[in-house]
Amino acid sequence: MDALDRTLINRLQDGLPICERPFAGIAGELGLDEAAVVDRLRLLLDAGRLSRFGPLYNADAMGGAYTLVAMSVPEDDVDRVVPIINGHQEVAHNYQRSHAFNLWFVLAVESEERIDVVLRQIEARTGYRAYNLPKLNEYFVRARFKV
Amino acid sequence: MKVDAIDRRIIEATQGGLPVTARPFHAVADRLDLAADEVMRRLRRMQEIGVIRRVGAVPNHYALGYRANGMSVWDVPDERVDELGEKVGALDFVSHCYCRPRILPDWPYNLFAMVHGTDRAGTEEKVRQIAALLGGADRGHAVLYSTRILKKTGLRIDKSQSQVISHKSQEQCSALRSSSGS
Repeated sequence: MDALDRTLINRLQDGLPICERPFAGIAGELGLDEAAVVDRLRLLLDAGRLSRFGPLYNADAMGGAYTLVAMSVPEDDVDRVVPIINGHQEVAHNYQRSHAFNLWFVLAVESEERIDVVLRQIEARTGYRAYNLPKLNEYFVRARFKV
Repeated sequence: MKVDAIDRRIIEATQGGLPVTARPFHAVADRLDLAADEVMRRLRRMQEIGVIRRVGAVPNHYALGYRANGMSVWDVPDERVDELGEKVGALDFVSHCYCRPRILPDWPYNLFAMVHGTDRAGTEEKVRQIAALLGGADRGHAVLYSTRILKKTGLRIDKSQSQVISHKSQEQCSALRSSSGS
């Protein structure tokens, strides 16, 4: 990765216009031609430095319901509990974290009512309480990963 | 209904990414047998109403060296959480910032801010910056680092049902590539 790649990564996180030639502006800013910008973007994606390029959809706006769930499970029981949680197709992400609340997963379901159904099933089968922590408000973020 | 059937076709075609070419929206239009102007007009409208946050690149934090991704959680007074959440979200190292319910007595934290650093010391320093910003409103906080990805699938619109479901992508489960949750 050279300085231009870094600038490109930083710049591409800010977003591009939706127009016929969305890279034209950025190419001008960087003093590259459009084809070079496209080539570099492709290489950054192929190398895994960028995980995707395209519209970032807001899941909330597309329907369905989402929530974050926390569980506190003894370390020696985690391996039994995780497959029970992950077996639900509505579980989108599941992370183990360094805290007494050590399992954190996101549920993506068709409707609000379904959240309780899935959580009661998980609680019944694991024997542990599932703490439902839905988003009450979202704050505008401007994080860009400067490289 | 915010999006119609044609919007959904466009979402399905682009949720995995845009073709990497000089005229990506034209490539999408060709694939869907729609006019490019219509595709762009619909995408712009979806951006205006918030269905699309922006069209851009998503970095792989982990590959770019951000390896200490901490979920910082804060107990702040409920009557100030929105004001403080806006301030914390505006920090350039916070990628997600939400208000969530407390579940007392076990879980006292109502403000969540995902913080990214290249190492834990760097992330801890950023957490200290949040603590300084919150001042006396910080009645307690914790930082939870992800230690293992147990499942990671994208949220996707399913073609057959046209609804959002979690879509399994096994290759992403296999390695701890990114430790940020959402």
